Amino acid sequence: MSKSLKLFGAATLGVAGVMVVAVNFADRNIAGMPAEPQLLGALPAPEPVETAEAPQGLLVGAAQAATSAGDGKFGLGRTALPEEVAAWDHDISPDGTGLPVGAGSVEDGEMLFEDNCASCHGSFAEGVGNWPKLAGGDGTLNHADPLKTVGSFWPYLSTVYDYVHRSMPFGNAQILSDDEVYAITAYILYSNDLVDDEFVLSNENFTEVEMPNSEGFIVDDRAETEYPQWRADPCMEACKDEVEITMRATVLDVTPDQAGSEAEPAATEAAAAPAEDAAPAAAEPETAEAAPAEPAVQEAAFDPDLAAEGEKVFNKCKACHQVGEGASNRTGPELNGIVGREVAAAEGFKYSDAMMEHGGTWTPEELRAFLANPRQDLKGTRMAFAGLRKDEDLDAVIEYLKSFP
Amino acid sequence: MAEDTGRGTSRRAFLRGSVAAGGAVLGAGMAQAADPDPLITTVQPWAQGFGDGVDATPYGLPIRFEEDVIRRNVEWLTADTISSINFTPIHALDGTITPAGCAFERHHSGAIELAKEDYRLMINGLVETPMVFSYADLERFPRENHVYFCECAANSGMEWAGAQLNGAQFTHGMIHNMEYSGIPLRTLLAEAGWSGETEGKWVYVEGADASSNGRSIPMEKALDDCLVAIKANGEALRKEHGYPARLVVPGWEGNMWVKWIRRIEVMDGPVESREETSKYTDTLADGTSRKWTWVMDAKSVVTSPSPQMPITHGQGPVVITGMAWSGHGRITRVDVSKDGGKTWETARLAREGENKALTRFYLDTVWEGEEWLLQSRAIDETGYVQPTKAQLREVRGLNSIYHNNAIQTWWIKSNGEAENVEVS
Repeated sequence: MSKSLKLFGAATLGVAGVMVVAVNFADRNIAGMPAEPQLLGALPAPEPVETAEAPQGLLVGAAQAATSAGDGKFGLGRTALPEEVAAWDHDISPDGTGLPVGAGSVEDGEMLFEDNCASCHGSFAEGVGNWPKLAGGDGTLNHADPLKTVGSFWPYLSTVYDYVHRSMPFGNAQILSDDEVYAITAYILYSNDLVDDEFVLSNENFTEVEMPNSEGFIVDDRAETEYPQWRADPCMEACKDEVEITMRATVLDVTPDQAGSEAEPAATEAAAAPAEDAAPAAAEPETAEAAPAEPAVQEAAFDPDLAAEGEKVFNKCKACHQVGEGASNRTGPELNGIVGREVAAAEGFKYSDAMMEHGGTWTPEELRAFLANPRQDLKGTRMAFAGLRKDEDLDAVIEYLKSFP
Repeated sequence: MAEDTGRGTSRRAFLRGSVAAGGAVLGAGMAQAADPDPLITTVQPWAQGFGDGVDATPYGLPIRFEEDVIRRNVEWLTADTISSINFTPIHALDGTITPAGCAFERHHSGAIELAKEDYRLMINGLVETPMVFSYADLERFPRENHVYFCECAANSGMEWAGAQLNGAQFTHGMIHNMEYSGIPLRTLLAEAGWSGETEGKWVYVEGADASSNGRSIPMEKALDDCLVAIKANGEALRKEHGYPARLVVPGWEGNMWVKWIRRIEVMDGPVESREETSKYTDTLADGTSRKWTWVMDAKSVVTSPSPQMPITHGQGPVVITGMAWSGHGRITRVDVSKDGGKTWETARLAREGENKALTRFYLDTVWEGEEWLLQSRAIDETGYVQPTKAQLREVRGLNSIYHNNAIQTWWIKSNGEAENVEVS
């Protein structure tokens, strides 16, 4: 792969670009550097539009102040320590640069994948709902609606390691050890039939794995295939004989309901809305007494302001959980009535074994402990969420959930 | 939310009522009032009592009558709202600067809350000295002001295979245009003692959020006009736009404008990260995919009339307006067609086009209740003419997803309503 770029062919480069680069390569330490000459003053006089601003163009300048040390530096910031660079610099290049020493097997990867990835990507990397499919799609790239997976599309294995290591699991990133990332990467290869079940991936053999679509990419060629055709004087009259409507958006009808925004007002108002809805229930104790079936937790004073705070906290949960009218199971179970509900009681939801064996009901205290650190509280849960660190967030989100009895 | 009083009706209710009424006044010519207007002849409460005091709104939102001018999400598009996108209400805006509060958001792991005190920017890799800058350090470097558009590569992406979403907000709303105050990236690279070598050199940029959204940028672009922005439209960046600092990559796809930017590494080659291989690449009909398709080609759209902005006033004068932009530089001309591209007339630019920024155009015309197939066509300073969807499909096929800059058609019907259509 060529790393040299023909970025600035004459055709793609405006006057401005040439001059900015020219300024940049000039000696930037000379005092009184001329203003960046790309702006209005350098352009041909515009015809039909306002010209009042043009003279100011000469005064507009790039930030090119002389530096104190005279070496192009301002003496700001500080040297990064090696530990700091090591903590943040994790990128892995296609040639394997950046890979840590380590190894992981398909066998270990299967278990790790089930625990950390399967809730969204499926046990076999086949994807759940709208979440990305990581396996399959072989040979579909030239079909209608190609299935782009790691196996069918991703050109470099380094990208898998890099991405899983820095950004997965979704909502709980950077918890996986180097060996675990090797193992999960190996399992994703296995799920795409690219290695066998005995395979162990390591920094030693990493670059030997060739991805099926590694030759499937070309560098942007619009400058050759498109621009010459379209940089032409456009037709103004009698450009075509017939014009017919060939497709209409309302036939598909996938546009969000315009009236919907009235029901879903701006965020600040939405945050307050459930509190208002829920407030009468707390303000009218008679109703609560008259309904003995209400779970005990409802007897505690309900705090609508806290619940409103909790709605914001719940944004962290929304990726996987629905609550409220019409809520259904998604990646996680629906949460209506969760405070006081039996554990693992959402109909039709496939809970982990650990959750099935838990028993009991979700009291506020139980929920609190679980949400503070799900994996520590309940080993084996599939909930890939790091937990809420702040006490006030825990209080608020539980109060919010109470507002959906 | 407070109940709407008669006067507090939303724009949408207003539009619904007026579309119906519009037919009645067709051909009415100069309006004549039958009875005196009570809004004029009776003393109105706002003319009698007090409005809000200055302490009522320390930081204001638009008045409640504009509460439907908001970012909207298309739920079926993504699995959740954490890694998702919403759309700027471009149909209801005018001018060129996008108010931050309704400028589209795209997150890969949610909009994080990162305080200035907790902010660190590291520059490492092939530099003399790896450096760490605090936010306070950034404020001490010389900075520049520039207006640039930021367009997601997927803007109009749902329209590749056909007319799909009925509204300019949804077809073209993954764009905003703000004035940035920021430090040239070349200044920061110089501070870390970058060698000055450009041949084969890249910078890898990443954000502080869990997605990190790492992207590789060729050194030539990094030195040309990239900024580390600390302000937008005069105020601190909004959380959803990368507070306290984001990268600005003028004219190039929005995914490269890394928010909450925390690290810039000078490298010998591209990382080929997830966002530049599995995403933001353009698959062609034969199954090969273009990568490094960074520049956003010239594009335009009529924002009004459009499906969310029907003609509600009956026959007579009407302002056709829209916006145009190009990642290659300035917009020099916009043409408008009312007949689906058979004939074109040149629109008026509200101001001279600016480098890699939105340009507003107007066509002040007359509507006599006839149907229009309304289109706009942008031309930039390189002579690039915005193509039709047919032209794009001929080269790229139907599976590209990204970088759809085709001419858009709105079918204006005789009752003033509009629909997103494709034409032959």
